[in-house]
Amino acid sequence: MSIAEGPVAGAGALEERLRAHRAAGRKLLIPYVMAGTSDDWTDVVQAVAAAGADAVEVGIPFSDPMIDGPVIQRAATVALARATTPASVLSALSKLDAGVPLIVMTYYNIIFHAGLERAAGMLADAGVAGAILPDVPLDEVGPWADAADTAGIATVLLAAPTTGDDRMRAICARARGFVYGVGLMGVTGERQDLAASAGVIARRLKAITEVPVLVGIGVSTPAQAVQVAGVADGAVVGSALVRRLLAGGGPDGAAAFVAELRGALDAPGSPAAVSGGRTGGDAAGPPRRSGGG
Amino acid sequence: MSPSMMERPEGLGRFGRFGGRYVPESLVPACAELEAAFVEAWADEAFRARYAAVLRDYGGRPTPVTECTRLSERLGVRLFLKREDLAHTGSHKLNNVVGQALLTQRMGKSRLVAETGAGQHGVATATAAALFGLRCTVYMGEVDARRQELNVFRMRLLGAEVRTVSSGSRTLKDAVNEAFRDWVASVADTHYCLGSVMGPHPYPWMVRELQRVVGEEARSQCHEILGKDPDVVVACVGGGSNAAGTFAGFVDTPARLVGVEAAGGAAASYGSDGVLHGMRSMLLQDEEGQINEAHSISAGLDYPGIGPEHAYLGSIGRVAYTSASDDEVLDAFALLASTEGIIPALEPSHALAWLVRAADSGEVARGATVLLTLSGRGDKDVAQVMELRG
Ligand SMILES: Cc1ncc(COP(=O)(O)O)c(C=O)c1O
Repeated sequence: MSIAEGPVAGAGALEERLRAHRAAGRKLLIPYVMAGTSDDWTDVVQAVAAAGADAVEVGIPFSDPMIDGPVIQRAATVALARATTPASVLSALSKLDAGVPLIVMTYYNIIFHAGLERAAGMLADAGVAGAILPDVPLDEVGPWADAADTAGIATVLLAAPTTGDDRMRAICARARGFVYGVGLMGVTGERQDLAASAGVIARRLKAITEVPVLVGIGVSTPAQAVQVAGVADGAVVGSALVRRLLAGGGPDGAAAFVAELRGALDAPGSPAAVSGGRTGGDAAGPPRRSGGG
Repeated sequence: MSPSMMERPEGLGRFGRFGGRYVPESLVPACAELEAAFVEAWADEAFRARYAAVLRDYGGRPTPVTECTRLSERLGVRLFLKREDLAHTGSHKLNNVVGQALLTQRMGKSRLVAETGAGQHGVATATAAALFGLRCTVYMGEVDARRQELNVFRMRLLGAEVRTVSSGSRTLKDAVNEAFRDWVASVADTHYCLGSVMGPHPYPWMVRELQRVVGEEARSQCHEILGKDPDVVVACVGGGSNAAGTFAGFVDTPARLVGVEAAGGAAASYGSDGVLHGMRSMLLQDEEGQINEAHSISAGLDYPGIGPEHAYLGSIGRVAYTSASDDEVLDAFALLASTEGIIPALEPSHALAWLVRAADSGEVARGATVLLTLSGRGDKDVAQVMELRG
């Protein structure tokens, strides 16, 4: 278990949970795991949750992952070759108690093909709290967001470095759970250095919204997570974790990496912890993770 | 006619329920910028004049319409070919690319990325890049690069960088994915020169407008030769650009319109509603919504979807979509060569194959006049056909 408070699914659960953690002065960490790359992938989800994730992003593999770089593409190929389907992923998730909210990340055709209302209902039944569909921008999200609202699934929206100010405001207004700041112009994947655009998008989003702001894409190391969380409320880490899993890291390897990220974000001297202390203002101080050590 | 009958689509590029703009947020501003640039340029007489001049003086337009006497006799119809095979670079693809290259300059960008299947769009893009002094990267599936080796060499001769794609089915759809991935990272100075009437708004509309010249020329040529519209207008459909350009010239005539896909990539006939590559359209997909791989001897038709406007025209019954098998296509390829002295590309050989079948079965009546868009020449395919049929 990580922090035990509030529901992990149902309408508003994701955002409530993230806001509560932020209010407690904690920097948010959401790792990404592709479902189905190995038999023990649900153990991986559980392990990263226990190691200090505030929520876990679970990828449902799609044949044509347009915005993903080589590592997540390969994970999708591996998962599909292992006969992973949306139904098999959701069935596994429904049996899982990770103790943190789960967010499904997939491409629109998977949801569209199932039918929007039906898909939203299936996610809710599986105990999923939110969904990220990176190929559905604000202008096209209406029908899905309505279905998701009805089912109690948070529609996480992305804001990009190229997004203009007015549009960014509209994105924040429609986003549920959190706003996903795209850290750089490019596909998912690890980068040597954190792009300057990561800090910029974090600052721009923080200036206009109360919704939690997490930055992802190109955030791959504890130092980069700390750096971006100095401005944003937290970080999403995908490819760096998926690469370890594809290399056979398993639940233990994943937990060790997430614990490293958590430790860096929580370290008293880190800019994240400092700025977290400033903006958090909760007398109880940063919540502690249990069972991660 | 309804205003959406091959005119400007509604809203964010809607053709009925099809179309739209399903792209990552990072690319939305670039699509909007492109739409604005195209709207402005297309209304600008100077731009239209420049575009027409390049197509005329450099591209060899207008292309002729040729009556096929020997093949007509054999089929019992009057067959006319719209000769896009005679355009510079050997296919209709140049029409689109010249327009997009001019727009690229207008937007102040300096680089083109493109996907290619058969290599014809890649060659056309590399050609326009050379002509206008733009840098150029072309993505091509590994399978296609192998079967269209000559076009890979052509693109490199023209100064383009060719990157082969080894993900997924290693054909056209994967090249499209890779081109989008490049574009997300390069959008500040790069235009994605999409090769067909597919993708996010404004591409399906813009590319159709840039190919409209095929249908408009063909219609007035038919009027000159026949004094009327043809009874049947037929074109092959990969993404559907040569067909869309052709149909745009005839959609408001009584002509029967027919689009012919490859049997192994027949999204209009066997596909279902879905969202891929920025558009809602008809796609070949499995019961989970994973996109199926298309299979065809013709790399240019090896695509599991069709442009959204075709999905719409099919749904309202204005165009009949059908398909032709690899074997029929190889027969038709040889038939045109031996009866008319024209070696067609494998793609338009699908349209010919349908016509042979339809004339034999009586689906096309004896004596009917038929305009068929011969979208490209077969030089690129000769080696492959030699291997298959030697
Ligand atoms: C000669 C030729 N015709 C047709 C096509 C298919 O494209 P579209 O359906 O966009 O015309 C291609 C594509 O490579 C081609 O090379």
